[in-house]
Amino acid sequence: MSFTAVFFFVAIVGLTLVITWWASKRTSSASDFYTAGGGLTGWQNGLAIAGDYLSAASFLGIAGAVALFGFDGFFFSLGYLVAYLVVLYIVAEPLRNLGRFTLADMITARFDTAKVRGTAALSTITIVLFYMIAQLVGAGALIQLLLGIEYWMAVLLVGVMMTVYVLFGGMTATSWVQIIKACLLMLGTVIISFLVLAKFDFSIANMFTQMATVTEHGEDYLNPGLRYTDGLDTISMLIALVLGTAGLPHILMRFFTVKDAQTARSSVIWATWIVGIFYILTIFLGFGAAAFVGKEEIVTANAAGNMAAPLLAKALGGDILFSFVCAVAFATILAVVAGLVLSGASALSHDIYGQIIKKGKISEKEQVMAARIGSITISIISIVLALGAQTLNVAFLVSLAFCIAASANLPVIIYTIYWKRFNTAGAVTAMLTGLISALILVAVSPNVWGPEGKAIFVGEPLFMLSNPALVSVPLGFLGGWIGTLLSKEKADEAKYREVDVKANTGISVQDVSH
Amino acid sequence: MGNQQKHIDYDKIAQLDSFKQLVKKKNSFLWTLTAIFLIAYMLLPVLTSYTKILHAKAIGDITWVWIYSAGLFIMTWSLAHLYVAKAGKYDKEAKAIIAEYERGQR
Repeated sequence: MSFTAVFFFVAIVGLTLVITWWASKRTSSASDFYTAGGGLTGWQNGLAIAGDYLSAASFLGIAGAVALFGFDGFFFSLGYLVAYLVVLYIVAEPLRNLGRFTLADMITARFDTAKVRGTAALSTITIVLFYMIAQLVGAGALIQLLLGIEYWMAVLLVGVMMTVYVLFGGMTATSWVQIIKACLLMLGTVIISFLVLAKFDFSIANMFTQMATVTEHGEDYLNPGLRYTDGLDTISMLIALVLGTAGLPHILMRFFTVKDAQTARSSVIWATWIVGIFYILTIFLGFGAAAFVGKEEIVTANAAGNMAAPLLAKALGGDILFSFVCAVAFATILAVVAGLVLSGASALSHDIYGQIIKKGKISEKEQVMAARIGSITISIISIVLALGAQTLNVAFLVSLAFCIAASANLPVIIYTIYWKRFNTAGAVTAMLTGLISALILVAVSPNVWGPEGKAIFVGEPLFMLSNPALVSVPLGFLGGWIGTLLSKEKADEAKYREVDVKANTGISVQDVSH
Repeated sequence: MGNQQKHIDYDKIAQLDSFKQLVKKKNSFLWTLTAIFLIAYMLLPVLTSYTKILHAKAIGDITWVWIYSAGLFIMTWSLAHLYVAKAGKYDKEAKAIIAEYERGQR
């Protein structure tokens, strides 16, 4: 570990702690805790969304995947980006107009029952835990590699940091950690991309020509088909990516941190530009790593290619750039896991404890206390699970989280806003079918069962797609439809008209009286 | 949100012709474009998995699959801005509807 590396790490830890201290003085109500008081501006929230969204899987994972598999590694970038259109067109505005703190708040704007809220909280917590385990296991492996400390120490370090941000600074601290991280990440990525492009004489055409010869794959490197050979599996994965983002709890939660639908829109625009530019730059990161680091060294450092970007930074900019990029990767993990803790805590403390157990009869002070206890609970559970999952290959957990979000959350969001006949039974069955079918299909998929021991268990998978979205998303929609039609309960049409009016006009958020 | 929130008669607003028109316009815009961008996006894995047409070279050694992808990026940015422009107009109409409703309440 070099002096510069220590310097950058300490600087990032110090900076984020100062923010947390500053934010803690501004966090007194539940609304401050969960939504920063709804006071973020469009660009702030846009950067925070980008900071929340661009996980280590994006930064390290996609760069590595492009380095090793050429175009096939880039598929994720496309899915993650186009997903923002689904968020913008279908989800962001109604969510901001109807919701308060959580997805369940939005659905219960129409259906006032504990069952709906409980099911929504269950799916949120499931997604959060899967996503979190993937992040923490990745973080552990990465920091172990960077700082040379033990895996369990690395997981504890990240775990304690994220708990501190959320516990003391709530959404305000978390948002600012995400904003700073987004800026640092963009800076690092732009610098490396510039250096890569300089090596190719600033000619993209020249870059492609050279890339057609430098890897073992030859010209195939520039075309799809190196990694994804099964058409249905590729299609299924891309469905999960594009529809999943709109159902991810930590992304949904970011729309409650702004004051109105207009600001929600402008934050999505900011996020779309930042995320889009970042994903274009992943091409330079990946190509650069393939050309100037080489497959052998990348795979030796980490079989999945996660070290491609840091190693490229070292090859082009020496120790300083390497240390900087590692520190940025560290900040990236911190920002994402803090956002996850908050969304898990909101489901646990606000939905399950505050609204279901206490039936909403809970003082402001108790709400904040519950939120803090919920954050610690989520943190501890995820740290313990991550410590136990060290040797598991958890890369599929992120795509599973996207798949559950697409299958369990998206159908219920769309039905709640657009379908007059939708009812409580439909909402519960939609979420449960999506959630359970995704879980079962993954449990019997090649991620878990493999004949040669590459997966978790040895055996033949019963379901051949490694991402079940192609089946589970339609099942989620179908479940909601059948559940609605089979139940005798009549839809409350007056309530639907209220939701329709609120979602389309923003009335009652803007308040008519002025 | 003020302390003394007025009671809002949602049924009355829902019954306004101007409201019905706005919702209709908005939904047809949203769902048409959503269908378009989802088709454009899903067509890529279909083409790459079942055909080789995107493997051909377009500019120098850059193959069509990269051009298609660049198109998806441009599409995403353009549609995001188109949406905001449209939504700005819908906001104005929504304001007019609220005003119409408030006049009716007096």
